[in-house]
Amino acid sequence: MNVIINGERRDVAPRTTVADIVRSLTDAAGGIAVAVNDHVVPKADWAETLITENDRVDVLTAVQGG
Amino acid sequence: MVLETAGRSPKTVRDPLVIAGHTFGSRLITGTGGAPSLRVLEDALVTSGTEMTTVALRRVAPGPAGSVWDVLHRNGIRPLPNTAGCFTAAEALRTARLAREALETDWIKLEVVADEHTLLPDPVELLDAAEQLVDDGFTVLPYTNDDPVLARRLEQLGCAAVMPLGAPIGSGLGIRNPHNIELIVEQAEVPVIIDAGIGTASEAALAMELGCDAVLLATAVTRAQDPVLMAAAMRDAVRAGRAARLAGRIPVRRYAQASSPALD
Repeated sequence: MNVIINGERRDVAPRTTVADIVRSLTDAAGGIAVAVNDHVVPKADWAETLITENDRVDVLTAVQGG
Repeated sequence: MVLETAGRSPKTVRDPLVIAGHTFGSRLITGTGGAPSLRVLEDALVTSGTEMTTVALRRVAPGPAGSVWDVLHRNGIRPLPNTAGCFTAAEALRTARLAREALETDWIKLEVVADEHTLLPDPVELLDAAEQLVDDGFTVLPYTNDDPVLARRLEQLGCAAVMPLGAPIGSGLGIRNPHNIELIVEQAEVPVIIDAGIGTASEAALAMELGCDAVLLATAVTRAQDPVLMAAAMRDAVRAGRAARLAGRIPVRRYAQASSPALD
């Protein structure tokens, strides 16, 4: 299944969840937010939110700035 | 030390900064961008005495362990996420909502800039974004031009503070229009925080002497040759400027006024 994660096209298994994608990118305990197709997915919903073909998933964190 | 002001309770140098009902002992708000390392950043933040500092939100990238989030968390410094890099209200809203989720705060430093070259705020997009974010329950601290009318409009929309620039971000040009900053201070009923342009300690002191409630700066500290020493200088400058403002400076005269008695 083709999806775009943080701007890069990736192949992921069917029934991949938002939580799976976050775990694949970072082991940070906090300070992470996720948007799927520009809509914020609350942390409480990560484990139940399934990714579908061609979804754009952005996983963001706080960085130095401002 | 007490300064009586008409219709308001006396102000003292120990008064906390109050933004949206939250009190801060320090009137220096810092940024985190540009520091040579997280270790230097941490030393500078702690030395500055700041209680709130800005962070940006970006895609997770593989890298060394440790994060700015950890630094703020272990030092009890409140994170103030920004919408840096946004050019439209829609982009700012998306970033603010992600920041709220990531950092578990509904406070947002709203930046909506017009172009990469000046990074000056785009007033039309800024007002649009501020209105939508206030409606969405955010505590909005907008980075704005040194324009008293725009500052008033932002306050009327429900922003928790107004943050006029002294000069463009990272320029170190100081406060280019002190008169406008004074006009903004005179009319504002919310805290006025000078944001951007400060290059050295005297300029931070000037902001406070003009009546600003706080100073927000990043580059002046993080890109100084000795960031930790500059953080100390800024801490002291903000305190000194605030004290001078409350003390009431002498009027400026064209000619001398002898400070010793005339010869007998």
